[in-house]
Amino acid sequence: MSDKVAQTAAVQPKKRAVSRKDMSKLRWTLKEMKNNWVAYVMLAPYYIIFLTFTIIPVFVSFGLGFTSFNMIEAPVWIGMDNYARLFLDDDIFILACQNTLIFAAVTGPVSYILSFVIAWFINELPPKLRALVTLVFYAPNISGSVYMIWQVAFSSDSYGWVNGQLLNLGLIDTPILFFQDANYVMPLCIVVALWTSLGTAFLAFIAGLQTIDKSMFEAGAVDGIKNRWQELWYITLPSMKQQLMFGAVMSITGAFGFGGIVDALAGNPSVDYCAWTIMHHLNDYGGARFETGYACAIATILFIIMIGSNKLVQILLSKVGQ
Amino acid sequence: MAKEKKLRVRKHTVVLNRSAGGDFGIFFFLAIMGIFMFIPMYYTVIQALKPLDELWAFPPKFYVTAPTLKNFKDLFRLMNTSWVPFSRYLFNTVVITVGGTFGNLFLSSLASYVLSKMYFPGKKWMFKLVETSLMFNAVAASIANFIIMSALGWVDTLWAIIIPAWGSTLGLYLMKNFMDSSVSDAVLESARLDGASELYTFWHIAMPMVKPAWLTLIVYSFQGLWNTGSTIYIYSEQLKTFSYAIGQILAGGIVRAGAGAASAVVMMIVPIIVFVISQSNIIETMATSGMKD
Repeated sequence: MSDKVAQTAAVQPKKRAVSRKDMSKLRWTLKEMKNNWVAYVMLAPYYIIFLTFTIIPVFVSFGLGFTSFNMIEAPVWIGMDNYARLFLDDDIFILACQNTLIFAAVTGPVSYILSFVIAWFINELPPKLRALVTLVFYAPNISGSVYMIWQVAFSSDSYGWVNGQLLNLGLIDTPILFFQDANYVMPLCIVVALWTSLGTAFLAFIAGLQTIDKSMFEAGAVDGIKNRWQELWYITLPSMKQQLMFGAVMSITGAFGFGGIVDALAGNPSVDYCAWTIMHHLNDYGGARFETGYACAIATILFIIMIGSNKLVQILLSKVGQ
Repeated sequence: MAKEKKLRVRKHTVVLNRSAGGDFGIFFFLAIMGIFMFIPMYYTVIQALKPLDELWAFPPKFYVTAPTLKNFKDLFRLMNTSWVPFSRYLFNTVVITVGGTFGNLFLSSLASYVLSKMYFPGKKWMFKLVETSLMFNAVAASIANFIIMSALGWVDTLWAIIIPAWGSTLGLYLMKNFMDSSVSDAVLESARLDGASELYTFWHIAMPMVKPAWLTLIVYSFQGLWNTGSTIYIYSEQLKTFSYAIGQILAGGIVRAGAGAASAVVMMIVPIIVFVISQSNIIETMATSGMKD
């Protein structure tokens, strides 16, 4: 690590008589740190806040995951007991894991692919029209709690739009209790989540597509590319690999984070825990039951799942266009 | 002669790569998806404009025959009669949004300048850590954050929302990448040789060159903070946010259906306007958002 650092540092020309090889790595690093103290001072305000509220919580969760802790008394070390309890003794946690993975496995990839496909399709539209279409697709993502309209449209009486139409057409006799019926809750929540999911990744793809050099496509046509699908695979995707990576991170993070939509639409807890996610389990034990140690163990598992799936997808994406 | 040849090739490309069937398929797909995205937004606005008898008409209509602003009046009446005055909720949201956004803008640009344009030991892994943190959702850290907040004594104060916003990662990430590609080292170097301090170079040379990036940062921060709802850090009613209060009306169910839809319109209109104004800048920033290996 410090070797790399020393190299980066050496790039910067500075007035000095001694060269890198005159002293040990550690001393060199310390000297560089002293010479560039301004950088640390300028970085400190942001970085201290970032560490305190983003990075330290991960380690706090990890540490407290091995304890029994209720926020009032001091934590007591209990080793792996929390994890044993989670996986062997907590049926609802297993259910939550299943639901979370189903949610994430559907919404993550689908929203990712939709973001890309739509961005790709609208790329050739004239700029004014493209801006308008972008707004239509992106608006649900930034409109806050507007997704509550789905609850109005699917409400469980005849005044809900869907039930009203179905009753009117004579397809059903009594209104369907969409958000109280375990068969409908998950699919509906997934649809609503997808509706709100064209976000940062979508914008990144639109931007990425516009930065591709147009002459590449002409060169490709000369080299025998026959249709837009070949063009996509051989030119477009490889040229925006970095955007694809960034979009994947955004989509995955989003896919694990929409417990709020479920709460708003199906209530908390949802009927028979049919849409109960790890996030809900975490808030239940951390916020309502004050079993903080146990909640921290849940959080640790969630961190591992999120980072793990990101790393996995990055490996997959590195194969694009090869 | 050569020019003519090039033109022919280009024409050839268009014919080869763009089948009419494909164009139609794309149009069809975009139309279906566009309708799917747009209808709920449209329905929200329609519901907000419906008078009472149309709200409870059977079967529910997809259009409004006698549009009225009565629902908005109801909404403001509800706001005025709530236990905590609505202006208080709005005030909290404005404080959070403005305070959080400006702090975030200032600290993140300072930090992204350092991470992008200065050299010092530890720079690489410091940015790597920020990049990695994009991979997990902040909600997972909320319990541990609560412990940290209570240690700092910030539970049930607006600081619990404002200060973490100053250290948010996406804005820094986008800004750092934008600086990498649009601020040339040579310009900064010549300023440094002229004896300008780092702070001066940052503020007077680098910052004006990254205007799209800071607009993007403002928009993102604004959207996030404007939509702040109920959090575990705040339990006093006086400190709750506009979004939370709107949510309460929205959850009011049947009696407040019209006012609920009106409140959703009020809530969505602000971020949409902000995005419309800043769209081209955001897209420009996103062009450099790629993740390097």
